[in-house]
Amino acid sequence: MGERQAARERRRAREFEAFVGGAGGRLLHAAALLTGEEAPHREAAERLLTAALARTYAAWDQLRGEDPYDRTRQELTARFAHAAWHRRPARTGVLGGLSRQERLILVLRLYEGVADEQIAAQLGLPVERVRALCTRAVAAMRSNAPAAGRRAEMAAP
Amino acid sequence: MSVHDRKEDEVRRMLDTPHPVVRPELAVRAAERGRRLLRRRQVLRRLGWVLLVVAVVAFCVWAALVQPWVAPPSDTAPPLEGW
Repeated sequence: MGERQAARERRRAREFEAFVGGAGGRLLHAAALLTGEEAPHREAAERLLTAALARTYAAWDQLRGEDPYDRTRQELTARFAHAAWHRRPARTGVLGGLSRQERLILVLRLYEGVADEQIAAQLGLPVERVRALCTRAVAAMRSNAPAAGRRAEMAAP
Repeated sequence: MSVHDRKEDEVRRMLDTPHPVVRPELAVRAAERGRRLLRRRQVLRRLGWVLLVVAVVAFCVWAALVQPWVAPPSDTAPPLEGW
């Protein structure tokens, strides 16, 4: 019994490490977009991701075919949304100037490609509200950072 | 492609910058925290089972001693009639 449990724990640790090695960069990028942190400083994003990954690790044996990436993204979203009420919007980062909710919706919708209905269900908002917030955030991004947009286009021809 | 899609695509390109490198400590810390979470849940589950067993045993002992299903003997004699 003890031997079997130890073997299961080792396997879980190995699979988890491989998962973080493969998906960690993308998840950390998403977390940094949410917290609005610029390149070398990602303390808040790393804290957020560590907490989300810990929950994924704890649920690893009960995933039953669910994608651990989706699970971690859900944890990340829930944690970020939970703290969304009593924090001021960040002024830095690509999404600087947007509200936390707008940033969350933009990252989920455009960066992660999550469907509107799924976002609405996860945030407890009507779908129309999610679409409206997304449209507003896209408009704000395009008017806020035309220079940044051009820079990105020049960098990637 | 509609204007709306084109606008979204533009913003998507702004978001899709190269991914940062994840420090190896992050995975180690997350796994450690996950293990702690699992252990805490396990302890809570065991505590719940222990409490349940204790409650069942206590009830059985009490029931065996008090035998609440036995009607208490009546103290009063039936009224005398027909004298």
